Amino acid sequence: MERPAALTEPAEIPDLLYSQAENDLRQAVRSLLSERAQPSAVLARTETDEPYDTQLWRALAADMGCAGLLVPEALGGAGASYREAAVVAEETGRSVAPVPYLGSAVVATAVLLAATGPEPGKEADRKLIASLADGTVTAALAVAFESAPDGDPPLSVRVTGSAPGDDAAGSARLTGAAARLADALPADVLLVPADGVPYGLYAVDAHAAGVTRTPAVSLDGTRQLCDLTLDAVPARQIAAGPAAVAAVRAGLSAGAAMLAAEQLGLAERCLEMTVAYVKQRRQFARPVGSFQAVKHRLADLFVLVTQARAASRYAAACLADGSPDAPVAVAMAKSYCGDAAVRAAEECVQLHGGIGFTWEHPAHLYLKRAKSGSIAFGTPDRHRAAMAGLVGLPGAGTGTSA
Amino acid sequence: MLTGKEGLTGKEGLTEAEAAGTQAPGPDDIRRRVADLLAAHDPATTPRLDFLRARFDAGLAWVHFPAGLGGLGAPRTLQPVADAAFAAAGAPDNNPRRIGIGLGMAAPTILAFGTPEQQQRWLRPLWTGEEVWCQLFSEPGAGSDLAGLATRAVRDGDGWRVTGQKVWTSSAHEARRAILVARTDPDVPKHAGLSYFALDMTAHGVEVRPLRQITGEAEFNEVFLTDAPIPDADRIGAVGDGWRVAQATLMNERVAIGGGSLPREGGMIAGAAAAWRDRPELRTPGLHDRMLRLWVDAEVARLAGARLRQQLAVGQPGPEGSAAKIVFARLNQDISSFEVDLAGGEGLGYDDWTMRRPQSANFYGRGPGYRYLRARGNSIEGGTSEILRNIVAERVLGLPPEIRVDKDIPWKDLPR
Repeated sequence: MERPAALTEPAEIPDLLYSQAENDLRQAVRSLLSERAQPSAVLARTETDEPYDTQLWRALAADMGCAGLLVPEALGGAGASYREAAVVAEETGRSVAPVPYLGSAVVATAVLLAATGPEPGKEADRKLIASLADGTVTAALAVAFESAPDGDPPLSVRVTGSAPGDDAAGSARLTGAAARLADALPADVLLVPADGVPYGLYAVDAHAAGVTRTPAVSLDGTRQLCDLTLDAVPARQIAAGPAAVAAVRAGLSAGAAMLAAEQLGLAERCLEMTVAYVKQRRQFARPVGSFQAVKHRLADLFVLVTQARAASRYAAACLADGSPDAPVAVAMAKSYCGDAAVRAAEECVQLHGGIGFTWEHPAHLYLKRAKSGSIAFGTPDRHRAAMAGLVGLPGAGTGTSA
Repeated sequence: MLTGKEGLTGKEGLTEAEAAGTQAPGPDDIRRRVADLLAAHDPATTPRLDFLRARFDAGLAWVHFPAGLGGLGAPRTLQPVADAAFAAAGAPDNNPRRIGIGLGMAAPTILAFGTPEQQQRWLRPLWTGEEVWCQLFSEPGAGSDLAGLATRAVRDGDGWRVTGQKVWTSSAHEARRAILVARTDPDVPKHAGLSYFALDMTAHGVEVRPLRQITGEAEFNEVFLTDAPIPDADRIGAVGDGWRVAQATLMNERVAIGGGSLPREGGMIAGAAAAWRDRPELRTPGLHDRMLRLWVDAEVARLAGARLRQQLAVGQPGPEGSAAKIVFARLNQDISSFEVDLAGGEGLGYDDWTMRRPQSANFYGRGPGYRYLRARGNSIEGGTSEILRNIVAERVLGLPPEIRVDKDIPWKDLPR
């Protein structure tokens, strides 16, 4: 059987360490989030009508410039890369911060940049990207959170009204529904894939008449999902046909990679929290962390986090460098870090004992975010299956050895 | 081979030349010295041993060692430059696989703790392979608890007499010398009563017996010592300081395991992936998910190893190194187990139970059944995975140490 390209491609492994600039960025973001996203506050917010912290998001997105990391400087962004964006994601994962960083600064931004290219021809596109980059506008992609990059974009929204392809705002109208959108509740703009001739990607004002967002009771209260209905809502076409499909997939792929970084940060925080707890919790007149049954589980978790970090950094590096190995790297990172985060959060609950099972302790916030995150952008299983073809390991019943 | 940056140079983190404030040789110096040596000793006509001795004397054996001891006080990273230049010229090498314990464990220990006289006497024949070294540490009663070992070394005039039983000794049947830890004082707590020696394996009172393992072959030996003599000049480090010396040896062992860089699908996963591709009739959905998980695990471990080396290269050795051997052992076991399952009916067979005495584990020259059985040893040899987890938990995560019931009690009074 011929060796697939993915087996020979990454002749040299890229730099997997954190640069000084990345460490500085991490410090800044961590200091903001440790002050403004305390576990008790995050927990309290999940039971309010405002599940997203828009003030914190403004501080992170606009004041600190994190919304524009992926946007080229010419379009008003920081001109940074997925390496830096991943560091911010690690930090939002550590604090389970209720901010739409992943949905707006990563997914929606990546969709727009993929749809328009680095030098958008349309003034409206440039303005939209610039407003995302400076944090004045928040956007979300209107597809279900579980959508995987290798899947077909959903067709639950139709183009109605004026003919598609006309640039004038309001010339197209969209009608339909989409379920389980992430980070769409605080969004100002929705990027909606819609069926028509041709299939297209449209920008919709989230505050326009005919747009209804209904909060969905979500497993993860720190990233509340919503269901969307559109009733003849004015829309502006961003891309059409294969370009629209490619843009949506690029966004989902970027989302999967940066969510893997978020899962890494989450897993690392669960490990730290648990280690700190078992050092001070005493039973049988000794710290429970002195029992091997506990120590060995935490040692294994440490090992898992070291591996997850390598997977996550590699995916970020591949996206940053435009590596042809990116699809393999993203599938590996999303599957590995997804499983790792769930395990870390489960261990966190277990090794905290009774207190870890209470509503007041933040362990459950991590567990719920980890479990939801492992489903988002495709389950670990789905990503492994997607990778199978790329690395020449086809499934059962796929015939010959060729 | 050694891959870490741990100092074999006496002063931590500094090469000899750096410590002395002189200029360390660069790659061009190394290449010029190799060329000079090749000009003076044509590998095509020079007897192998003469060539290797000349290479040692030219400081091109291990360039990071001090001058006069086979090195140039150069950065360790330059060793591949010399190796490549010699290989390109078709020069003989010292068959490093055969003398791995000498190169990887004995030599760094001798360099760090040996006297100048010992270094002069032992390092050259060690490197050329004239004298194979083995390691006499573990005992039937002292595996993970190495410091509890019972082999006794008793003063006898100018030297020592050693009595006891050692086990898991690779190469003992070929070795001329051994690094040995023995108890010189049973009246003090266990760590304090040990001393470190070099034992002449040809001395009387040394008996080597093969130890057959679950694979059918005997990579290892048992070594029985009965009043075996050791001159005091062959003691390495102070009397009673054997534990500290042994720690240095073991640190080098764990650095040696975990390995260098491999390409994607290098290592144990290669056989599994090849079998998967070549034998579509063996595939099932359940095996498919295992195959993919193992492929990802192997690739992620490879990336983590690369990241670790990147950290070492910029002088930030992280605690991740402690994880490497745990990962490597589990991967080898999971992958080889998968291979046997994938083989189905053929997995009921075995390639060969003949008792052999290989120089080391031969993962790739044998069948899946051998790999499966041999890999069971990966989580036992060189520190069990349980001991390694203790090390990670205590030294990396800072969790409380084990409660020691043997602390402050003379070794002779410990319950056994």
